[in-house]
Amino acid sequence: MRYILALIFALLPLMALAQQQETWEDRAMFHGSGSGSGPTLTILSSTDRSFFAPIITSFLAQRPDLSIEYLVSGTAEIDRIFRQDPSGFDLVISSAMDLQFKLTNDGHALAIEGVTTPDWAQWRQSLFGFTTEPAAIVVRRADFAGHSLPQTRQDLIKALRARPEVFRNRLGTYDIRQSGLGYLFATQDARASETYWRLMEVMGSLGTRLYCCSGDMITDLQKGELAVAYNVLGSYAAARTKDSEELAIILPADFPITMMRSGFVSAQTKQPKHARDFIRHLLKVQSAPVDPGIFPLPPLIPALDPRPQSAIGLGPALMTYLDPLKRRTFLQEWTSAVIQ
Amino acid sequence: MTESPKVSGSLRNRLAVTLIGGASLLAVLLFLVVRTYAAQIAQQGQDSILGASVTSILDAAVLRDDQVEIDFPYAAFSMLTTPAHDRVFYAIYRDAELLSGYADLPLPKGSDSGERRYQSAEFIGKPIRISTASRTLLGADVKTRITVSVAQTQDALSDRLNAISRNIASFGIGFFVLVVLLSFWATSSTIAPLNRLATSVTRRGPQDLSPVIKPVPTEMLPLVASLNRLMARLNQSLTQSEDFIAEAAHRVRTPLATVRSHAETTLQRVDKEQNRQALRAMIRAIDESSRAAGQLLDHAMITFRADQLEYQQLDLVELVQKLVLRLSPVAEMKDIDLRFLGDQPVLCQGDPILLQNAIRNLIDNALKYSPSESAIDIWVTSQPQPQVEIRDQGPGFPIDEISDLAQRFSRGNNAAGTIGSGLGLTIAQDVAIAHGGKLALSNHTGGGACVIFSL
Ligand SMILES: Nc1ncnc2c1ncn2[C@@H]1O[C@H](COP(=O)(O)OP(=O)(O)OP(=O)(O)O)[C@@H](O)[C@H]1O
Ligand SMILES: [Mg+2]
Repeated sequence: MRYILALIFALLPLMALAQQQETWEDRAMFHGSGSGSGPTLTILSSTDRSFFAPIITSFLAQRPDLSIEYLVSGTAEIDRIFRQDPSGFDLVISSAMDLQFKLTNDGHALAIEGVTTPDWAQWRQSLFGFTTEPAAIVVRRADFAGHSLPQTRQDLIKALRARPEVFRNRLGTYDIRQSGLGYLFATQDARASETYWRLMEVMGSLGTRLYCCSGDMITDLQKGELAVAYNVLGSYAAARTKDSEELAIILPADFPITMMRSGFVSAQTKQPKHARDFIRHLLKVQSAPVDPGIFPLPPLIPALDPRPQSAIGLGPALMTYLDPLKRRTFLQEWTSAVIQ
Repeated sequence: MTESPKVSGSLRNRLAVTLIGGASLLAVLLFLVVRTYAAQIAQQGQDSILGASVTSILDAAVLRDDQVEIDFPYAAFSMLTTPAHDRVFYAIYRDAELLSGYADLPLPKGSDSGERRYQSAEFIGKPIRISTASRTLLGADVKTRITVSVAQTQDALSDRLNAISRNIASFGIGFFVLVVLLSFWATSSTIAPLNRLATSVTRRGPQDLSPVIKPVPTEMLPLVASLNRLMARLNQSLTQSEDFIAEAAHRVRTPLATVRSHAETTLQRVDKEQNRQALRAMIRAIDESSRAAGQLLDHAMITFRADQLEYQQLDLVELVQKLVLRLSPVAEMKDIDLRFLGDQPVLCQGDPILLQNAIRNLIDNALKYSPSESAIDIWVTSQPQPQVEIRDQGPGFPIDEISDLAQRFSRGNNAAGTIGSGLGLTIAQDVAIAHGGKLALSNHTGGGACVIFSL
C-alpha cells in the first residue's frame, strides 16, 4: 500500500507536467505595463491569437499588474482539456456553442451578475455570446470565371454537377469528427434542410478534403488547391482576403447558419473578479460603437447589416447532437455521404 | 357629583377586531390555498413537458442489428427551454447499462411498470424534477428495455410561483384593506343608533324626562324600554317630592301664622305682666319655628334643585339690585344704609332662584348682626370671576367659630339674642358649590364681617 502511495506521489508532478505539455496550436503570454508580478489569467480559446490580442491588450491597459496566458486549441480539444482540469483555466472561449453550452449546463461556469446583453446571447448569466459569425461558402473566383457565383446550396450543387472535372478533389469542408465547430455547423445545416445531405453526397462523390480548421481551408483556397470550401468561418475568410479579390465569400441566401462565439468564467477560477471583468470587457468592446482596432471580430449586432440573424440559439436543444447515440448516427450518415 | 361609570372594553373595537381578525385569517388561508393550488398546476405544467420530452426520445428508439439507435428529435430538448434558463439533464439506459447522458442522475425507485413516472430530487446541489419512462424493444432474437429519464432544474417554476405568490399576496392585502375599511364602516353604522340614543338623552334639559320615542334597532329595545321605565319612575318621584315640599311649607307656615296672630291679639288684651311675658316667649318660639321651617324648606328646595341646575344667562348686578330694593324697608327700619356698588352688568350662567335665595340670606345676616345706624356695602364684580362681596360694620364673625359657621344648624355665640336657624350660610354655601364657586367668610381689619360669594 505504502509503495503505491509513494508511487502516486512520485507520479503526481509528472502528471501535472503531462498536463502542462498539451500540444497547443498557439500559446502566448500578455503582460500589463507593470512589474508583471501580479496574478495571471489563463484563457483557453479556440480563436486565433491575432483576433484576441487587441482585446487582451486593451483589457490589460487598465490593469498593469495582471498577466494573461492565452492558450489556443481546437474546439473539441478545448472541451476535453477543460473537463480534465476545470480549475486550471480561468476563462473558456470557444466557437462550438454546443460544447460551451454543455459545459455551462454541467455547472462549470460562474454566473456574472448585472451584465447587459440581449437575452438570446446569454445563458443563465454564465455563458455569453460575443460575436455573430456566419458559416460561409468561400470560392476561388478564378474557378467560376464565366459562370455566375452560386448564391444558395442548390446553386452550388448545380455548379458542382455541371463541371465535376473542375472540382474533383478540390472541395473542402470541416472534418466534423475532429472539429467541434464543424460538427455544430453540420448538424445545424442538416437540421435546417435536406439539401445539406444532397450537397454532402455530391461533394463526397467528387472527393472532398477534410480540414481541422477554417484557417487551413483558406490557405489551400489561396494556394489554389481548393476551389470551394463549404462552411468556412466568414470572419476568418474576410480577415484573410482583406485586400485581394481572388476569393469570394458567399453567405448562402437560402438559410445562413450563424454561430456566436461564446465565453464563460470557470466555476473553479481563482481569479473570479478579473475573470468576470474580462467577460464584461469583452461584451463592452463588441457593443456599438465597435472599434475594429480593438475588436476585430463581427460583433453580436452588426452595425452595417441589421438583417435579423438566424443565429443558433443558446438553449438545451444544443445538447441534442452531443448525445453519443445521436452523434454516432449522425457521423455514420455523414461519413457514408462524404467519404463514400 | 355623579360617579363616572367604569369602562370594560369597547363594543366598536370588539366588533372591529373580530371582523379584521376574521378577514386576516381568511386572507392568509386564501393565500395558502391558492399558492398550493398554483404550485400543483405549475408542477403539472413542467411534468407534462418533461413527459413529452421523454416520450419523444423513447419513440425514436429502434433496434438495428441488436444495436440501439435513438435518433431523437431536436425538439426533445428544445421544448425544455425556459425563460429562467433551466438546466437540463437526461439519461438513457438499455436495461441496466447507461447508453448516454448523465450517469449519476437519480433513477426512480420501485417497480418499473412502463408508466411515466415523475419525481423530485436533488442533483448537483439543485432541486430537479425528473420524468422517467421505459419501453421494450423487440429485435430478431433479443428483447431489451430502454429507460429514458429527462430532468430539469426548477428555476422557472419557482420564478413563476414567486410571481404568483406576489400576485396573490397583493390580492390578499387588497382584500384585507377592503375588509378593514368595510369593518370600520360596519362597526360605526352598527354603533350609530347607540350613539344617537346617547346624544339625544344627553342633549335633553334636566326637566325633560319624557320617554324615548324614536325607533331603535331590536337589540336596543330592552335597554330603551327600561330607560323609559326608569325615567317615568324618576319623573313621578320628582314631581311628588316637589309637590311635597310646597305642600309641607304651606302646611307648616299657615297654622303657625294663624297661631302667631292669635297670640298677638291675645297679648293686646292681656294685662297681667306674667301672662304677657309668657305670650311674648310664645310668639318668639313661633317666630323661631316659622323661620326654621322656612329655612329648612328652602334648604330642601336648594338641595333638590342643585342636583339638576337649570342654568340660564343672567345679570348678577340686576339680580342683586332687585334684592337690595326688596330688603331696603328692613334696612330702613334699623337705620342701616344699604350701599350697592356695581354699574357694569356682570353676566353669568346660573339658576336665578337659587342665587336670589343665597344672596338674600347673606344680606339678611348683615342686617341682622350689625348695629343700627351703620352701613352695609355690597359689591358685584366680574373679576376675577363673577362675585358678590357683602361687608357690614358689625362685630364680625366670632373668630374662633368662623370655620364651622357654614355647617348645618351652626350658629355663632353672637347670635344668642337673634332669631335664626343656623341654615343661612349653609344655603349660601351649597348654592355657591352647586354653581362651581365658593363662599369665603372673613372679618375686615377695620371691623365688620366680610362675605365673598363667588361663582
Ligand atoms: N354678618 C355677620 N356678622 C356677625 N356674625 C354673623 C354674620 N353672619 C352670620 N354670623 C354668624 O354666623 C352664624 C350662622 O349664620 P346663619 O345665617 O347660618 O344662621 P342664623 O343667621 O343664625 O340663622 P338663619 O338660618 O335664620 O339665617 C350666625 O348665627 C352668626 O353667629
Ligand atoms: Mg342667617
